[in-house]
Amino acid sequence: MASGMFGAAVKRREDPNLLTGDAKFTADIDLPGQVHMAVLHSPHAHATIKNIDTSAAAQMPGVVRIVTGVDIAEKMMRLPVIMNPGGQEAHFPPHPYGLPGAQTALATDRVRYVGEWIAVVLADTREQAYAAVAAIDVAYEPLPIVTTAEDALKEGAPQLHEAVPGNLCMHVEYGDKAAAQQAVDSAEVVVKQKIHIPRQIHSAVETRGTIAKYDPATGEYTLWTNTQIPHGNRFMIANLVLGLPYNKLRVIAPNIGGAFGSKGYLYQDAPLTLLLAKEVGRPIKWVDTREGLFRSTVHARGQDAYVTIAGSRDGKISSLMVTNYADLGAYSATNGPGTPTILTGRSVTGSYVIPHPFYEAYLAHANTVMLGPARGAGRMEAELIMERAIEMYAREIGMDSAEIRKKNFPAPDQFPFENGLGWTYDSGNYEGALNRALEMVGYDQVGARKTEARQRGKRLGVGIASYTTIAGVGPSGRMGKEGLIGSTWASAILRIHQTGDATLITGCQPHGQGQVTTFSQIVAEELGVPMERVEVIHSDTLGVPYAQGSYGSRSFSVEGTAAYLAAQEIKQKAMKVGAHMLEASEADVVFEDGKVQVKGVPSKSKTLQEVAQALWFAWDLPPGVDPGLESTTYFDPADFNYPFGSHVAVVEIDELTGAVDVVRYVCVDDVGNVANPQIVDGQMHGSIGFGIGPALMEEVVYDDQGHLVTESFRTYAVPRPSQLPTYELDRTVTPTPLNPMGAKGAGDISQPGVAPAVVNAVCDALSDLGVRHLDIPVTPEKIWRVLQGSGVQA
Amino acid sequence: MTAQASATSISIQVNGNVSNASVDPGLLLADFIRDTLGLTGTKVGCETGQCGACTVLLDGVSVKSCTVLAAQAEGSEVTTIEGLAKDGELTPLQEAFWDNHAVQCGYCTPAMVLALTDLLAQNAKPSEAEIRIWLDGIMCRCGVYQNAIRAVQAVANPSETQGGS
Repeated sequence: MASGMFGAAVKRREDPNLLTGDAKFTADIDLPGQVHMAVLHSPHAHATIKNIDTSAAAQMPGVVRIVTGVDIAEKMMRLPVIMNPGGQEAHFPPHPYGLPGAQTALATDRVRYVGEWIAVVLADTREQAYAAVAAIDVAYEPLPIVTTAEDALKEGAPQLHEAVPGNLCMHVEYGDKAAAQQAVDSAEVVVKQKIHIPRQIHSAVETRGTIAKYDPATGEYTLWTNTQIPHGNRFMIANLVLGLPYNKLRVIAPNIGGAFGSKGYLYQDAPLTLLLAKEVGRPIKWVDTREGLFRSTVHARGQDAYVTIAGSRDGKISSLMVTNYADLGAYSATNGPGTPTILTGRSVTGSYVIPHPFYEAYLAHANTVMLGPARGAGRMEAELIMERAIEMYAREIGMDSAEIRKKNFPAPDQFPFENGLGWTYDSGNYEGALNRALEMVGYDQVGARKTEARQRGKRLGVGIASYTTIAGVGPSGRMGKEGLIGSTWASAILRIHQTGDATLITGCQPHGQGQVTTFSQIVAEELGVPMERVEVIHSDTLGVPYAQGSYGSRSFSVEGTAAYLAAQEIKQKAMKVGAHMLEASEADVVFEDGKVQVKGVPSKSKTLQEVAQALWFAWDLPPGVDPGLESTTYFDPADFNYPFGSHVAVVEIDELTGAVDVVRYVCVDDVGNVANPQIVDGQMHGSIGFGIGPALMEEVVYDDQGHLVTESFRTYAVPRPSQLPTYELDRTVTPTPLNPMGAKGAGDISQPGVAPAVVNAVCDALSDLGVRHLDIPVTPEKIWRVLQGSGVQA
Repeated sequence: MTAQASATSISIQVNGNVSNASVDPGLLLADFIRDTLGLTGTKVGCETGQCGACTVLLDGVSVKSCTVLAAQAEGSEVTTIEGLAKDGELTPLQEAFWDNHAVQCGYCTPAMVLALTDLLAQNAKPSEAEIRIWLDGIMCRCGVYQNAIRAVQAVANPSETQGGS
């Protein structure tokens, strides 16, 4: 590698426009003649719609049109579900194309959750649109309500869908149940625990929004929307919802103000605004409110796991059995079923060799908002299950939990390691990361610090979590087998212009992770083109032929690899033509410092720009060489990659109030080779905050009427900086053999370790009070009850 | 969202330019800045004062502009993010944000920079704890707080801190 750009903490190219306010996000875009859309949400969790009276609203100032479910029923298909792991059984409302179906854009005769869309108003101003929404009169007849998966699956529970008997959307099983049960039955030690993992709301600071335009002169539709999957939206809208010519729909994702998984779907606003933009002959702009978002953009997590861990008295785990219940919400989100099935299920053994694992999950529908992945999707739930289980097992046999972890890690020479539930881990040195984390935190001095803290009225606890997280989505054939209707390969088009400037068209969809910078680093490293002369094009279906977007820690290790491979092709062609220009044989030239050079004679060279010019002019090319210097490259990885690490949290609990203070947070993460350490550290910072939140305070609450109690930032707590410690980061480096850069995913891979480290620390601090387990969030109230002697959880 | 009230005339100096406008008395300062003046660097995240993305400087003091009526700003000087960099030259704090990777998605960045500009004007050498409490009003879900703190410290103590990760 020539230029030293790979591995350098270079400043981000994205930042100046963001720092000056010049960068445009969806809500910052206005089109001439646009109308604004506002949404009427259901106030009922479950009810029959008896009548919708829009007559008064239609008379309100500025109203252009009011649209209800019956108005569009013949024009829009039900949203599809494109992630169907199937399993033992699966039931969905039918989509007209024989696919599993999600919700219709607007409810017609029945609503199934608070927040379901019933009608939209188009008006000249946003205020007028919302004023008219308030004037729509809907008559409801309430129906019985169910708000959890376990209740929804009980006999006699209110039924949500005719096509989904007993509210059971899906049942999956991974592993050999009989063998696992036998291992449990014959084990020396068995520990059982129910672990409740509440829902979390992604809470990107930017809400969702859509701007839709139709041009009658060309028949073209254009959509600006903050989506992580522009091409996924294009495909689903054109082919599966509206039935438009695919090549007449352009989808553009502008700058995105955080997503964390919440913007990786097809929601109804996108096809609905496109349809209505054509009908009313004006562009339509919709920007959600915070309350609207909390009630109709997906939530995440939300599992109730019955966990059994079994092993020997000397700390060898023999089995982990998990029966999990997840409420998918009233309908499946477009990729909703993937999380509690494959992402949690196949990941649940975490970092350990467990001879007989078994996982099963029941996915149900209840009267709640749809469920989807969030940063650390499914794997935070898996690690919470595994890392709590191993901790309880350690307490049961009286062994230090760090020692038990080391006893059950696969050794570095055991990779590739098949985990028994379907994942094959590519590479790892788990003990190396744990040892480093323990050293950083001063693990051997914990006892003394506990004593010191007690003198200050504080209970100190230390918690470990060693995680392994699937990343780099993914091998397309494998994803197809897992139930994805779509593909997950990467693409890059790299063009070196006659000026020596480069254009890289990538399939990733940056929304804060700095891919414009890191991908420029790849091109600069490989071809010697200065970073500032690499233009990176992304997130626009006109400029990017077909692509998969960004989610699941896939950008750098998958899409970045396509860019890397494209640069190799450019290099090969440049060497062939450069040799010709230098009148040397191809075998006698090398590509170094951005030049084709005769080996050992640096003065005999042609710059990449000179070669590019020769190729674009094409006056004198070697036989068989086409004009132009560009490469279109695809990369479909042979398998996923598996970053790992160990985190250690130190907490202090106030003995009077039960308040938890995370006083130290140490993490040692391994994402293989790193192109930009500053950016990777930034991703780790984000993941830690996204884990301390659900550990300590974040929790979606529904009341028994199905009303969302945590309906805004007034009632849903998100961690603020004074509640967070200064993070102490380090890395080990275990490259993956699965791509030539040796890079693994980094975006959300350390998030799964955070909540278990924190809750393990809290349980450690309270262990002498008989506390074996506490569910997240470990709020001051929950702990205060323990301190009062009444809150020890069964 | 209410019945039309009679418009009120306001005169506000925004980034050094005087804006005279006739506005609805209920118009929020945030909407006046974004929709009337077209200065979209000021972001909106919740419209209820919790997320802080709409922070601007009102007579030099950081306020959440969704909690202020445009009419209340009559006669005031407002600084938005567009008013900080002069002739394309970033302020030292903006530079420090860039050096220290204190920007990820960038949605809360204008608010964070303006709020911290206010902090540094009041307290040239804030402690880490003071910076953290000051930033509690601005939600950053990407989690750049630690690097934003380093950026402030780099401005406050230029000789003691350095960039990099």
